[in-house]
Amino acid sequence: MNKKQKRIARQIGIGLALFVLGLICKQFNEIAGDILLTAGWLAAGYNVILDAFGKIKAKKPFDEELLMTLASGCAVLLGEFSEAAAVMIFYQVGELFQSVAVERSRKSVAELMDLRPDVAYILRDGEAEEADPEDVQVGDLLLVHPGERIPVDGVIVEGSASVDTSKITGESVPADLTAGDKILSGSINLSGVLTIRAESEFASSTVAHILDLMDSASEGRSKTETLITRFSQSYTPCVVIAAAVLALIPPLFTGFNFATWIHRALNFLVVSCPCALVISVPLAFFGGMGGVSKAGMIAKGGIALENLAKIDTVVFDKTGTLTTGDFCVVRIESETDNLLELVAAAEEVSHHPIAKAIVGASKMHLKASDIQEIPGQGIRAQVEGHQVMAGNHRMLESLQLRVPEVDGATVVYAVIDGVYAGAIILEDTIKSGAAESLQALKKLGITKVCMLTGDRKAAAKTVADHLNLDDYRYSLLPQDKLCAVEEMLNQGRQVAFVGDGVNDAPVLTMASAGVAMGGVGSDAAVEASDLVLLKDDLRGLPKAITIARRTLSIAKQNIIFALIVKFGVMLLSIPGIASMWLAVFADVGVAILCILNSFRAMKSDV
Amino acid sequence: MRKTFELENLECANCAAKMERDIAALDDVKKCTITFMTSRMSISVEDHADFDEILNKAQAIMKSYEKDCTIVR
Repeated sequence: MNKKQKRIARQIGIGLALFVLGLICKQFNEIAGDILLTAGWLAAGYNVILDAFGKIKAKKPFDEELLMTLASGCAVLLGEFSEAAAVMIFYQVGELFQSVAVERSRKSVAELMDLRPDVAYILRDGEAEEADPEDVQVGDLLLVHPGERIPVDGVIVEGSASVDTSKITGESVPADLTAGDKILSGSINLSGVLTIRAESEFASSTVAHILDLMDSASEGRSKTETLITRFSQSYTPCVVIAAAVLALIPPLFTGFNFATWIHRALNFLVVSCPCALVISVPLAFFGGMGGVSKAGMIAKGGIALENLAKIDTVVFDKTGTLTTGDFCVVRIESETDNLLELVAAAEEVSHHPIAKAIVGASKMHLKASDIQEIPGQGIRAQVEGHQVMAGNHRMLESLQLRVPEVDGATVVYAVIDGVYAGAIILEDTIKSGAAESLQALKKLGITKVCMLTGDRKAAAKTVADHLNLDDYRYSLLPQDKLCAVEEMLNQGRQVAFVGDGVNDAPVLTMASAGVAMGGVGSDAAVEASDLVLLKDDLRGLPKAITIARRTLSIAKQNIIFALIVKFGVMLLSIPGIASMWLAVFADVGVAILCILNSFRAMKSDV
Repeated sequence: MRKTFELENLECANCAAKMERDIAALDDVKKCTITFMTSRMSISVEDHADFDEILNKAQAIMKSYEKDCTIVR
């Protein structure tokens, strides 16, 4: 408990003692008892009463404190001293609970999102010097002890340790790293002493990137949150007017019994604070964001969760999303024994991923000379005394050779000494976890899963068949992808687009929910998205949707529960059935219950 | 220019919403967001404006709703 909470606890204690004493005293001496009860009321709630007057002075009166002061103050004036004291004590108990609950949840949210390294130890002449991580320069040697956070991205120079990267990459199993390994800022050294050479400054390091994302994330408020804020702004004045009407009009027709009706109107006022809603709804969304980040993703605010929760269609980009972008040779169709080796020699200097895959698959190393690129077609080189040409169907056409029927995703044709010699068939490697993720999405009731790609039909079909997609479109330019998504949106679908490239940014923005792969590094896509999968693992997506849906349902439960109780108690106050006790419960009690319910959103297990 | 500040003793969510509304309505303030859960305020102002003066005004608004609430500068 903090200072303020301790003070309130003390006030409750003293107030309660005076209250009990007053009740006993009242049996013997009415006036002495009432004085003690009034003292109890003041002891328990003096800060509330002072606050209320402060706010009247500041001309901002419609507030919880004022309403409590008005309600209990009127009870005193009406001679109901015990009720005034009891209600004030009860209110303070509620406030105390609420304050503790808010503090708890703030702490756990802060823990979930706490990645900031506090300190860096820079090695200068063999001495470790304590410094702010922001002062680290590229090339500095840093000492990191067990239990400390890695201040900036770097490479391990000395030592080995088990490193917890869960908050950065979402990987829950600690990584064992040793000299020569790269190490990401924000991860925690669990075991050994490490010496690290800084490879980035703090501002451009991974952790700063993620912290920035989280900072801007909390500003993306959900429509539900905005709605609640707007609702509460009109709700309080309405209740106050209703209370005034209730206090003044009915007594005119029922024999001028103002005391009874004022009493009932006071209940109205006590119920009127919309705190239960104003706290618990954002708290639920925050919890949801915490849960998502625990699972290695970043949701950009309540609005992102809201968008994710209603998704019924998921559209994937192909390369980098469903597939790794690394090719592998699956088949060779040729009469020539060493076709692969000959082509590999010709392709050796090329940086194209297909060329790299062919070079990687070749077991023998042959020397090529006179290597020439044929733009848009392929490559030509002299290998082992033969002229080797490797390329696409356009190369064959330009050589006026017949293009053979070869079945496969990606085909490289080879021509040796001017004669067609065979074909190498490659496939894009499908990401681990992609199939699992798609299954999980189907289970969540996603009705349509499809793929949009700039790649050719054969390549697209192989992936689509392999992953059992509902639909796929190929040979698309970035603007075609945009049109395809727009078309689905126009059909009334709620579309999530999953992509990674810079040119995916417009589609990510247009989709109902944009999902970017691998938050570390690729900025345009990350900027435009609602959800960032830090771990580059598609299995995060169904998890995030589950958390988003749970969060939304918790927020809804809170809204419905709070409104029903509040309106119920108000209605019961009109005929005088609801006591002021019940009214205080409808105020703080409901707030506490809603806060406790919101805690559930923080779980990341699904 | 946009800056983010930590707030101390922000205890009432409803007040935070009201503070946010009032601060956003100040002259030269483009946008103001107070996040109750993280107890942080992010405020963006026109480039020609006096940032300190706006912060002073924002601080005064906060005090009027919650007398202990302060901006950590």
